Amino acid sequence: MAAVTAAIRFLPFVLFSKAKTPAWITKLGSSLPFAVMGMLVVYCLKGVSFENISGFLPELISVIVVAVSYIWKKNTLVSIILGTLLYMVLVQFVFV
Amino acid sequence: MKNKATIFEAFKNTLPVTAGYIILGIGFGVIMSANGWSILYSVAMSVFIYAGSMQYAAIGLFTGGASFLTVALTTLAVNARHLFYGISMLGKYKSAGIKKTYLIFALTDETYSLVCSTDKGTDYCFLVSVFDHIYWITGTFLGALLGSAVSFNSKGIDFALTALFVTVFVDQWLKSKNHFSAVTGVLCTAAMLVLFGAESFLIPSMLAITVILLAVPERRLNNDR
Repeated sequence: MAAVTAAIRFLPFVLFSKAKTPAWITKLGSSLPFAVMGMLVVYCLKGVSFENISGFLPELISVIVVAVSYIWKKNTLVSIILGTLLYMVLVQFVFV
Repeated sequence: MKNKATIFEAFKNTLPVTAGYIILGIGFGVIMSANGWSILYSVAMSVFIYAGSMQYAAIGLFTGGASFLTVALTTLAVNARHLFYGISMLGKYKSAGIKKTYLIFALTDETYSLVCSTDKGTDYCFLVSVFDHIYWITGTFLGALLGSAVSFNSKGIDFALTALFVTVFVDQWLKSKNHFSAVTGVLCTAAMLVLFGAESFLIPSMLAITVILLAVPERRLNNDR
């Protein structure tokens, strides 16, 4: 895992040390971060199931709380702590 | 040249990351402990791998006994975005000499966000990278220590990672006018999740996203920020 991660980070420097970066790489490079963030959010929620309410409601509520609190206060830390604590309470005590 | 002012500046600017990394590091350490991994192992992972989202995913993979190939491919998919951090730092890190190796190794999301938008030299970038790495290792150590000393129900603590990504996603959304790329990311991944199932949807998602972003004309992606 360490090897693959390190290899990924080093790859551009190895490949593009001599030449100028091709245009399509730049285009991909500037648009990819947004798409990847979307992908990562879905990835984190991959365990969600819609078979019964406890399979998705804790996640739904917590994600909404995180998003709304961030839009309101723009404070990453507060949103993370709030959402995580809420989620832990929901899965441990409410939707057992 | 490295001087007190640069060190202080780097420290000051990494403070927002401090809190995030320490909390996430603690979360990671706690879960590792809960799954029976030693403190040494958790800390070693944070020192040598240094990739938050991947380290969290790793717990699931290793505990479930995933194959070598699965681990490699999942790492590739989850960390592929780091490729692009490297690409945008090509120019800046070219002249970094001996520090270059560490600088490249330490390119995480948060470190990247701090170094990509600054005009300061590589000494600054180096310090930022080191500080962030230290916070991560410290958080992991504290969490692993906490997890093995106190037994409390930590179920759900890994939601911290989801929360982090949600805040970054929302932040990006608020800062841009064009949401084509973000929407593509979410829809492609969701579709692949349904098609391929939770174990193997990441690679198809990355492929689909890449194909779409390359195929679409530049102006469709244009972001007048």
